[in-house]
Amino acid sequence: MSELLNVPTMADFMAQGKQPEVLFWVGCAGSFDDRAKKITKAFVKLLNKAQVEFAVLGTEESCTGDPAKRAGNEFLFQMQAVTNIEVLNAYEVKKIVTACPHCFNTIKNEYPELGGNYEVMHHTQFLKTLLDEGRLTIEGGQFKGKRITFHDPCYLGRANNVYEAPRDLIKKLEAELIEMKNCKRTGLCCGAGGAQMFKDAEKGNKEVNIERTEQALETQPDIVAAGCPFCNTMMTDGVKAKEKESDVAIMDIAELIANAQDL
Amino acid sequence: MPYIPNLIFIIILVLGVYAFARNVSKLKRNIKLGQDVDVSDNKPQRWKNMAMIALGQSKLMTRPVSGFLHVVVYLGFIIINIEVLEIVIDGILGTHRIFSFAGSLYAFLIGTFEVLAVLVLVTVTIFWLRRNVIKIRRFWSAEMTTWPKKDGNFILYFEMILMTLFLVMNATDLDFQASNSGNVISQYIAPLFSNYSESTLHIIERAAWWLHIIGILVFLNYLYYSKHLHILLAFPNTYYGKLQPKGQLNNLESVTNEVKMMMDPNIDPFAAPAEGTPEVPAKFGASDVQDLNWVQLLNAYTCTECGRCTSECPANQTGKKLSPRKIMMDTRDRLEEVGRNIDANKGTFKPDNKQLLDDYITREELWACTSCNACVEACPVSIDPLSIIIDMRRYLVMEQSAAPTELNNMMTNIENNGAPWPYNQMDRLNWKNE
Ligand code: SF4
Ligand code: SF4
Repeated sequence: MSELLNVPTMADFMAQGKQPEVLFWVGCAGSFDDRAKKITKAFVKLLNKAQVEFAVLGTEESCTGDPAKRAGNEFLFQMQAVTNIEVLNAYEVKKIVTACPHCFNTIKNEYPELGGNYEVMHHTQFLKTLLDEGRLTIEGGQFKGKRITFHDPCYLGRANNVYEAPRDLIKKLEAELIEMKNCKRTGLCCGAGGAQMFKDAEKGNKEVNIERTEQALETQPDIVAAGCPFCNTMMTDGVKAKEKESDVAIMDIAELIANAQDL
Repeated sequence: MPYIPNLIFIIILVLGVYAFARNVSKLKRNIKLGQDVDVSDNKPQRWKNMAMIALGQSKLMTRPVSGFLHVVVYLGFIIINIEVLEIVIDGILGTHRIFSFAGSLYAFLIGTFEVLAVLVLVTVTIFWLRRNVIKIRRFWSAEMTTWPKKDGNFILYFEMILMTLFLVMNATDLDFQASNSGNVISQYIAPLFSNYSESTLHIIERAAWWLHIIGILVFLNYLYYSKHLHILLAFPNTYYGKLQPKGQLNNLESVTNEVKMMMDPNIDPFAAPAEGTPEVPAKFGASDVQDLNWVQLLNAYTCTECGRCTSECPANQTGKKLSPRKIMMDTRDRLEEVGRNIDANKGTFKPDNKQLLDDYITREELWACTSCNACVEACPVSIDPLSIIIDMRRYLVMEQSAAPTELNNMMTNIENNGAPWPYNQMDRLNWKNE
């Protein structure tokens, strides 16, 4: 169905002398990681369905610099930030939506001091407003009564106090939202943040994602919902390690909603 | 000779307060060894945080049991200070229970103190049991050895002794017992002393009185060496605590200047720096305590070693060496060492071939952090261990190029392809047609 995807770029809009309503910041994972690309497409389908005029930067997008910054490479981070800000400002971007909490946090909080001021939303927040405004409707359908637990991404939750938007969306699916032992403010990290995604973990007696997966499995869920491509990978690996992949699905909130719509 | 006790009292009081003032000035000097940082913004929010978190103990209540127990001890501590004020005035003037003119109000106050003293005794006993018998995990981790372990118990013994002395003092005060008002608890202790003569009772009462006030002065001076310093520093520390969203790391200004130079084609990189442009700092990031800012150093002195941060830390929970509490304790220990070095060398720091990095905090600890902010969220006194971890990583990466190889690969990829993986930037939109 991918031929149906309508994904204009900022350059396309510029050529027509128009501004989109919102820029969709895809992020590195969303652009290159095979699992995360599915989340990207699900979100685009929803944007198309709701007839949102959005654009992506496409080849003009570059890494926000988040993993470099958290690894300690402030130089590389600021080089990336300044380059991205130049592009964004040249297109006079006002509003950004992204499905990656790391991109969300960096652009929202760390870019302003460097000259990049935008209204930044996580895709769960954006989807919530689309629903509230009636531009998008959900019929719970296939998720009705399913047990869904939500894993709070650190960079959405604690880092920026967004706890409710993803939960509200799950409830809209008429699913049964069950909380893990650690959730919201005390949510346990998936183990990928702070550039850990790109290296082996230090020696310990367990991997963080295994610990987190065990907490998720304790709730006996049908689905573990995630709101971050990195969390998604970590939890998927965890569930595979526990040999539970046939019973429990790991899905992004955007995928849940797109699937409920049979998109 | 009737003035001798007053004189002795005044001398002891002055010595005690003087010693305390000296500790405070040392504390201030050490904190000021840190880099300057501007925390003069948003005063209303800062006052509010201090009122809620330090005064109102809002963060402690996330763990209801220890939170409630803490509030009892805290209230006891604050309210009983009225009693200490009376003792001090009595001691200086040679009076006895000078506030007693207040009649029924006085009786009510003393009665309240007595009840609080008992509550504090009970609570402190529970605290002791939690630490030593139940062995709650966060009090028994790797960094809680020797001094930190003893310190925690010392404070509890101190409080037990002070509260007992207060009750004994009241119980053996014949006039006070005779008045039979306000002695809600001590009337039940008084019978224990009923066999003693009047003069013995008087000696016991005086001894309890003196020991009580001397105990308080000793305690005041013990603070500097103890995690108990938080009873004072929690206030400034919550005031200066981070206001930005937790996920926001600071952007190093010195780096911004360099990046601007590199990106601006109009700036001649070989030109002599213009007057007044800030100089490039000697160092990026932190390898020792002087490289940290003073709020981070204040954090270190404020840490109560409660371990709430460590018990929430995903790295620590899965057996890695990282413990955010240890990061704070190490910072304080090293800062103290630097301070002693300065004292021994007449006001200047003599390099001692040691630093916070490697000698206290290992690289393995630093690289285990996921920057998840669980520690920051958990801390009841607004400490930010993550900021120290990031500053030290910055030193490792920007000064020493000592990141783990895989991270170096990730960074090279970002530099060359604009993504942490080795994909071509031109392929960024390929997903659209897949
Ligand atoms: S931010 Fe780092 S030190 Fe703090 S809890 Fe998370 S992993 Fe542990
Ligand atoms: S940093 Fe905060 S939470 Fe951690 S031990 Fe110190 S006071 Fe407790």
